[in-house]
Amino acid sequence: MNRILFAKEGRAVYISHLDLMRTMQRAFIRAGVKIRHTEGFNPHPYMNFALPLGLGMESRCELMEFSLIEPDGPEELPARLNAVLPEGIRVLRAYESDLKFKYIKWLDMEAHLFYYNEAHPAAAIETFFSAPALVIEKKTKRQTANVDIKPLIASLKAADAAKGEVLVSARIAAQDPGLSPPQLISALEQLDSALKPDFVRFKRLEVFDKDMAVFR
Amino acid sequence: MDARLERILPQVQKPARYTGGEYREVIKDRAEVDIRMAFCFPDTYEIGMSNLGLQILYGAINAQEGMWCERCFAPWGDMEEQMRREKLPLYALESGDPLTEFDALGFSLGYEMAYTSVLNMLDLAGIPVRSADRRSLTPLVFAGGTSCINPEPMADFLDLCAIGEGEELDVEILKLLRRAKKEGWDKPRFLQNAAKIPGVYVPSLYTPVYNGDGTLARVDAAQGAPEKVTKRIIEDLDRAFYPTHAIVPSTEIVHDRVVLELFRGCVRGCRFCQAGFAYRPVRRHSTQFLLEKARAALEDSGYEEITLSSLSTSDFKGLPELADGLLEWCEPRKISLSLPSLRADNFSMGLMERVQKVRKSGLTFAPEAGSQRLRDVINKNVTEEALLNSCRIAFEGGWNNLKLYFMLGLPTETDEDVTAIARLAEKVLHTWREYAVNKARGVRITVSTSMFVPKPHTPFEWEAQVSIDEYLRRVKLLRESITSKSITYNWHEPHVSLIEAALSRGDRRVGAVIERVWRSGGKLDSWTDYFSMERWLEAFSACGLDPGFYALRTRGEDELFPWDVIDVGVEKRYLARERGEAYAGRVTPDCRARCMGCGANRLLERRGCDE
Repeated sequence: MNRILFAKEGRAVYISHLDLMRTMQRAFIRAGVKIRHTEGFNPHPYMNFALPLGLGMESRCELMEFSLIEPDGPEELPARLNAVLPEGIRVLRAYESDLKFKYIKWLDMEAHLFYYNEAHPAAAIETFFSAPALVIEKKTKRQTANVDIKPLIASLKAADAAKGEVLVSARIAAQDPGLSPPQLISALEQLDSALKPDFVRFKRLEVFDKDMAVFR
Repeated sequence: MDARLERILPQVQKPARYTGGEYREVIKDRAEVDIRMAFCFPDTYEIGMSNLGLQILYGAINAQEGMWCERCFAPWGDMEEQMRREKLPLYALESGDPLTEFDALGFSLGYEMAYTSVLNMLDLAGIPVRSADRRSLTPLVFAGGTSCINPEPMADFLDLCAIGEGEELDVEILKLLRRAKKEGWDKPRFLQNAAKIPGVYVPSLYTPVYNGDGTLARVDAAQGAPEKVTKRIIEDLDRAFYPTHAIVPSTEIVHDRVVLELFRGCVRGCRFCQAGFAYRPVRRHSTQFLLEKARAALEDSGYEEITLSSLSTSDFKGLPELADGLLEWCEPRKISLSLPSLRADNFSMGLMERVQKVRKSGLTFAPEAGSQRLRDVINKNVTEEALLNSCRIAFEGGWNNLKLYFMLGLPTETDEDVTAIARLAEKVLHTWREYAVNKARGVRITVSTSMFVPKPHTPFEWEAQVSIDEYLRRVKLLRESITSKSITYNWHEPHVSLIEAALSRGDRRVGAVIERVWRSGGKLDSWTDYFSMERWLEAFSACGLDPGFYALRTRGEDELFPWDVIDVGVEKRYLARERGEAYAGRVTPDCRARCMGCGANRLLERRGCDE
């Protein structure tokens, strides 16, 4: 299978997952890159994304899988696609891989926490997350469950980045079960409201397999 | 990105509407730009970005050196609430700069129910809504679009109106504004000079004088302002700007496809149809031009669908060649072609078969009236025989879902005409029983009615709209006449239609009503989420005006109309003649059969109509 590694930044972070698929589809057509369609009654271009990214979140490690009809010249793909992609979506690499996305286990993320009262609770946040268990409410469409997220956090650091701004860097479980970056930060709000930030900016940095090797 | 905007975007629905950054968005270097315009669309992003006029004018203005045209849309309620709370002024999508920093704000006025949103957008930008309260030259607030052919209801809010097609006119206005800025003119001086540009109407240079009964006595034009402002047109469409590098939205919009405009104007002359008269004379693109532009637009956008757009697409002379050429190119690329607004009379099944191979979902015909008598009155030259023949072909071709559109409240309509709608639908159903190829799948025939809105610059501009009660009585009559379970009947709410009728033939005094509605919370009035009849009625009453005076009154033959200051080409005496023919139940042949001398050809300098 063909794959691209791409970044989603700037104004493009507000493009939803469904809209991203449409955007990619059109970009491939604009670039004149032909990809295989699904079989069936209503064929559409086959495109598979690893770990759909939340709306408003930035990422440097998005992966998309597809199948080129004419397999020559994938090395030119990044340049060809980048010429026709909207601002903020940038293809970093094109390559081939047969590793299934389900083997992604961990991801590195950053969260910039903003406190309008100019607090700087970095140390307190690290202490908070070093607790032996962190049971939070996780809402799904059907029900609310209490879950201990501690096993889903491989590592976490917090540092004061600026006045009223804390940078949290963490490696968290990506899927089955996964922890979303907003869920991680919501633990603060749920368990210690004094640490609740006024605004958070999220960024996804890298994805890993179960052995903590970079996943491609 | 503005920190306030970043804070509020996660809290609103569909934030991609408010960010810009789409493919083919135009970004220019501020240092090389001396005129900045914001194209303001007084409705949502999804509606505005579906508007071909926006894409054309955006491209045409940005093709000018030193001019940068950006876009701005009306925010939905949740976004507006957040913007007001964070004190984030309305901004243009490309640069993110507030509208106050622009030289010109150009509003697109396509329909009357958008008027309150114009005021709301100005206010969100922190700009006074009334022209008289804006003393400085910039930002100049102007408008164009179909509704401007009666500019009076919005006259108090707009510095000027661009009447007709804007490709050349907007650029001329902006060039004059550039000169005015450079030479330090004040606003009155600029407006006096702008009034000399053909197609520019400067409301502040005209003073309406009313009779005791509320009708218009005369309009006093200031010195130097033309008595009548004549609509501008593009004579040779093939030589005008064509948007082959249109913006491709990153989020889904209403018409998410390439729109190919075949021609402007209409040869038909349906007497209720404002566009049919207001967009005359008929001018067309050449087939070769369209084929080239369609390919270019598809390749540039990556869209997998293209639609042919015009008032009556099936009247395009080169349609078979065009469709063949497009299909030849589209089919191997899996691009679908759709043909909207087909007429029931010259419906070509072969073409439809080829065009919509997969989807046989729905087909829509608009007979507009149920009886032949009333169809003759409105000059909708479709016979029952032709309609049923088209239905037969459709049913034989496998369609089993048909929509029929009608209007209630057309001039001279009787109960007999209303029940004729039910009988016609029954005949369509009978046709299905006789000719359908796959009866096992059943049939769905949907009849829809809306309340007729008499519009300026049509033969019915003198006519009264029926009252809401009368419309509802006719709805009930029709509903009771439809007995088959295979026929569904939907009727549109009449309240918006009454207000639309009052606004579309309103005079300058109606501006106060629009302002009052907006001040009491009105905006996005074409959305049922926001429209409030009580608010409009309260505002009319508070302003000492009666919506019935504008909507429900039959005008005197010689009455001077607020929109008579605008010359759209088709002459009032011709409209009066057509009205006479309507009452006589006589049809007028289409322009191709015989020129009836409507007057629109006066706008052409070098060629004839429809050449």
